[in-house]
Amino acid sequence: MAKKQVLVACGAGIATSTIVNNAIEEMAKEHQLDLDVKQIKIAEVNSYAETADLLVTTATIQKEYDFPVITARSFLTGIGVEDTKKQILDALLK
Amino acid sequence: MNDFYFEEANILLNLEAENDKDVLVQMGRNLQELGLVHESFIDAIVAREEEFSTGLPTSTISVAIPHTDIEHVKQKSISIGVLKNEVGFGVMGDPEETTRVKVVFMLAMDEAHSQLYLLQRLMSIFQHNTMLTTIAQEQDKAKIVRLVKSELDIINEGGEVTWQKNKY
Repeated sequence: MAKKQVLVACGAGIATSTIVNNAIEEMAKEHQLDLDVKQIKIAEVNSYAETADLLVTTATIQKEYDFPVITARSFLTGIGVEDTKKQILDALLK
Repeated sequence: MNDFYFEEANILLNLEAENDKDVLVQMGRNLQELGLVHESFIDAIVAREEEFSTGLPTSTISVAIPHTDIEHVKQKSISIGVLKNEVGFGVMGDPEETTRVKVVFMLAMDEAHSQLYLLQRLMSIFQHNTMLTTIAQEQDKAKIVRLVKSELDIINEGGEVTWQKNKY
C-alpha cells in the first residue's frame, strides 16, 4: 500500500494539532501503517491539496476537498475519541 | 529561557466578563503585566479566537483554550481564569455553536510543535472530571497552583522548573 499523506491542522499549528499529530502517530504504530503525517496551519492546507489523502483538524473547513476531512476535537476532550479513531482508520484503510 | 511559568499571579478567580473577548483581554493583560507576553499578544489572541474558536465542551463543565502565535510570547506560561458567570465561546471546529465556558486556560506557547508533553498533560485535566470541577470551585490560588503543577507533572526544585518525564 502506498504511503498515505495525512494532514493535521489547527489554526496556529501549535497547540491542538500537536496533540492530534501524536495521536495519529500512535495509531499508525499500533496498526503498522506507514504514514506521512504533516502538522500544519489550516491556512496551509491548500498547498497539500494535490498530495493529501486525509485531513484531520480541530478547526472548521469551509472549502471542499477531494480527500476526507475528519474533525478531531475528541482528542482534546476525550469525548468520542474511539469513534474518531475509527473514522480515521476507516479513511486510511480504504 | 524555556522555563515554564505558572504561579498564583497567573490565576484569575471570580473573573467578571461581558463576553469572550472581554475574558481574553483581561487575561491577556494580566499576562502582559506579568511580563510573560508582548503587548501584541492581546490583540492577537482576540483575533485568533474570532477566527478559530477554542471552546471545548467536556463531560463536566466547558473550557476554552485560547492561544496564538509564538512571536507574541516572551516566556512559556499558562493562565487560568475561572469565570464568575459562564460566558459563551464558539466551539472549536464548530463556530456556529457556542458553549457556556466556566474555566479558561490561556496558553502562551513559545515554541511550535514541541510542547506535546505539556499539552497532553493539560488535556488530561479536561478529561479528569473532578479536577476541572475542583479548579472551578476552589478559592485558594495556592491550591490550584499545586494541583495544576502536579497534574502538569512539573516539579519545582530551588526555583528550577523541570519536567518529571519518567513518571509515566
